[in-house]
Amino acid sequence: MTLGVDREDRAGKGFGGLSLPRPLRVTLNLVVTVALTFLGLLFVTFIIGRVVPIDPVLAIVGDRAPEHVVERVRIELGLDLPLYEQFAIYVWDVLQGDLGESVLTANPVLEDIKRVFPATLELATVATLFGVLLGVPMGVLAAVNQGRWPDQVIRVVGLLGYSIPVFWLGLMGLLLFYATLDLVPGPGRLNFIYDDMVDPVTGVLLIDSAMAGEWDIFWNAASHLVLPSVILGYFSLAYISRMTRSFMLEQLSQEYITTARVKGVKEWRVIWVHALGNVWVPLVTVIALSYANLLEGSVLTEIVFAWPGLGFYLTQSLLNADMNAVLGATMVVGAVFIGINLLSDLLYKLLDPRAR
Amino acid sequence: MSSETQSPETTGLRAWLLSSSPASRGQARVGRAYVGWLAFRSNHLAMLGLGIVLLLIILAIFAPVIAPYDPNAQVLADRLQFFSAQHWFGTDELGRDIFSRIVHGSRLTLYIVVLVAIIAAPIGLAVGTTAGYLGGWTDTVLMRMTDIFLAFPKLVLALALVAALGPGIENAIIAIAVTSWPPYARIARAETITIRNSDFISAVRLQGAGRMRIIWSHIVPLCTSSLIVRVTLDMAGIILIAAGLGFLGLGAQPPLPEWGAMISSGRKVLPTYWWVATVPGVAIFIVSLGFNLLGDGLRDVLDPKTGGQG
Amino acid sequence: MSDTPLLTVEDLKVDFPTRKGLVQAVRGISFSLGREKLGIVGESGSGKSMTGRSILRLVSAPGQVSARRLEFDGIELQSLSESQMREIRGQRISMVMQDPKFSLNPVMRVGEQIAEAYRVHQNVPQDEAKRRALDMLRAVRIRDPERVYRAFPHEVSGGMGQRIMIAMMLIPDPDLLIADEPTSALDVTVQLQVLAILDDLVSQRGMGLIFISHDLSLVASFCDRVVIMYAGRVMEICDAKNLSAARHPYTRGLLNCLPKIDGDGSDLPVLRRDPEWLEHGL
Repeated sequence: MTLGVDREDRAGKGFGGLSLPRPLRVTLNLVVTVALTFLGLLFVTFIIGRVVPIDPVLAIVGDRAPEHVVERVRIELGLDLPLYEQFAIYVWDVLQGDLGESVLTANPVLEDIKRVFPATLELATVATLFGVLLGVPMGVLAAVNQGRWPDQVIRVVGLLGYSIPVFWLGLMGLLLFYATLDLVPGPGRLNFIYDDMVDPVTGVLLIDSAMAGEWDIFWNAASHLVLPSVILGYFSLAYISRMTRSFMLEQLSQEYITTARVKGVKEWRVIWVHALGNVWVPLVTVIALSYANLLEGSVLTEIVFAWPGLGFYLTQSLLNADMNAVLGATMVVGAVFIGINLLSDLLYKLLDPRAR
Repeated sequence: MSSETQSPETTGLRAWLLSSSPASRGQARVGRAYVGWLAFRSNHLAMLGLGIVLLLIILAIFAPVIAPYDPNAQVLADRLQFFSAQHWFGTDELGRDIFSRIVHGSRLTLYIVVLVAIIAAPIGLAVGTTAGYLGGWTDTVLMRMTDIFLAFPKLVLALALVAALGPGIENAIIAIAVTSWPPYARIARAETITIRNSDFISAVRLQGAGRMRIIWSHIVPLCTSSLIVRVTLDMAGIILIAAGLGFLGLGAQPPLPEWGAMISSGRKVLPTYWWVATVPGVAIFIVSLGFNLLGDGLRDVLDPKTGGQG
Repeated sequence: MSDTPLLTVEDLKVDFPTRKGLVQAVRGISFSLGREKLGIVGESGSGKSMTGRSILRLVSAPGQVSARRLEFDGIELQSLSESQMREIRGQRISMVMQDPKFSLNPVMRVGEQIAEAYRVHQNVPQDEAKRRALDMLRAVRIRDPERVYRAFPHEVSGGMGQRIMIAMMLIPDPDLLIADEPTSALDVTVQLQVLAILDDLVSQRGMGLIFISHDLSLVASFCDRVVIMYAGRVMEICDAKNLSAARHPYTRGLLNCLPKIDGDGSDLPVLRRDPEWLEHGL
């Protein structure tokens, strides 16, 4: 997915009328694309929040509220205004960081999200690291041994990853490694005794505890992280290894690989330097996509592991009909998605000399 | 398929099917399908996938006949029993027979998958072919819309939609369909752009065919095979998302025997009565594996890039 | 020409097992070469590229190579292990391929690729390898070697790319160079430049050269001897000077197909291929 920021230079299109220098035009194009996508994102959350429910007021005050309360809330929400004005107000509020107040926690939604997001980030990042560090070598191995047993094994690993429900695998993991074998601690980010013992500087427990020199807490947090991140990372591993394999097969059939062999370069160098060097280029997009997808997979994983992150927050709000919180969290996830895609586009340009 | 006997009829039929110079369009079509089937049949994993999907369909059709108990009949005296001859997969926390619930749950799974495909694929096809064939502003606007939907993670958007619409199986289907069409639009657009510039489309245009006619009767049929592959491959994902919604309590509502919701209720009795959550998970896994294998196999046969044309 | 041949090929076969049966790309060919320029000419699919690649043991997976003799400088290549073979590749036998657009690694700087070819065989520090690479770029008549050293393959033209390729293949100072259609992807004007550079370097260093091409007149003017291949078999081997006196009907056919500037303007004859030739190679 490229968010429409086309890989090919769109010279002559869009801003072709203006004769701007190329780097400026590309940047401008990118900014406009991202801004438009973000606006679209807001439009969708707006529609979901204001138009789809049969009556948003009733959703807030409940259906037994007296008439005058309903009317007051309707005006407070600006629902008496035309839709486009409502939308403009909504966009203006969001741009100022005002996502409304959570009914459930009575905090501004943005505050809540700032508090819970680092937990999700920590989980998704460690999971992606797991997926990349294992998935890329596995994909390479499968491609080099195409059709032989390592390829078959890795194919099965990938197929399972595409077919198992993540929440169920989480439950089974807890059942086996926590309840039966007692190898890992149970749900949550920390044992209860460590709660609130380090100041949330970054919110990422591993970093905070290491900075505070609280190594007990660090190891406790790390041990809590192992099972959920491995389970979540398994799905990114399945995807990354499969894509690495197909990119690798494509590169290995290229003529420059023969050139390297003609030079007498050792086979490991042909594979891990020459071929993989070219595979990183498309792989960056895949890794970014899988990272973004993990943010989504983490919704279900967080429920299973009682992990107090964005997904947990989103679901709790959802079950309590806390629409502001739901839409705020949805919007943040969408914005992170856009950001990650943007980042992968930039990384792509950095890695591929042809795209500079 | 029927067994291969060496009787003259079948060899005659085979020869007719495999003829390299078919006498009619019908023969050519059937022949091509047969060659595709031959390729598909030689792929064991794809056949396994087909078997699983067929089994799912049979279970769904004959659920009341196959299931030994009423899926919602509570026998509290028999609650949380382990596998036995009476209850093959045990009973749940309300004493309901898990096997019967799994069998009836296959109906819900199939219902969700089919409805999502029926809603999402045509939307994607219409948006993609229109954008690809007309180009210009139409293309820009439609594809920008598609990109916006792609900018949302599927499950999160579905969650938000269900939150707005209210929980329930129909709303879950609508939510999943709304999040599923964008990739189809992308595929259809890409295919359309390559087809648009081919000579036979120019020929049709020269004969005076209108835009809608060209899109509908010349471009859409050529996009369908890659779309079918993609939809089949996506069905596994649809099942997983539907199960996820059910697990969160936002999909099918109790007492419906939806597999994700069954895992959710089994979770409450987890460490001790592990099978209550395990069995429906295995069911989800097998069915989505089946769709994945079938999709892979279909791709190998139908995707012209990897060969397989008659 | 020296008395002991640099390379002796006897009864070389390359087979590809496919679902439809065995495809014989090369059907038992023999030739030998000294420190001279040998041209191999044939239509596409005649097995000439496979011949070059099988000498370097670079025919990939399903392909099977066998030969009664495949001797290079007194070494039987078929008896070497894979790591011994790597010592031969680059250092003793090297190969220039058709299109620099595909044969150079797109994400590696040109200079690094040349230096790598040197460092694979010589244990030298990085700056020494760089100095040698710059010298080599000068030797293939690149005017601004420092700039080209830092360039990526997509930033250089086809002709320059092929000169870079030649520099890379000659930097370890091999004894034999296989040039597989080295100028076919280039513009006609650039072709001659590249050929001249190749010719100079090969003669200076006293190397052997196998020049694979589909262009009979080019090969005739450039090489000492010519091997004519058709459908995986050698039809004829003759001195380039005496090509016009070639006897084999296929060679004669090829020669007759060439338009002549002082010709009478009548239609060129269509090449006739005799299935009989498949049975009796040279």
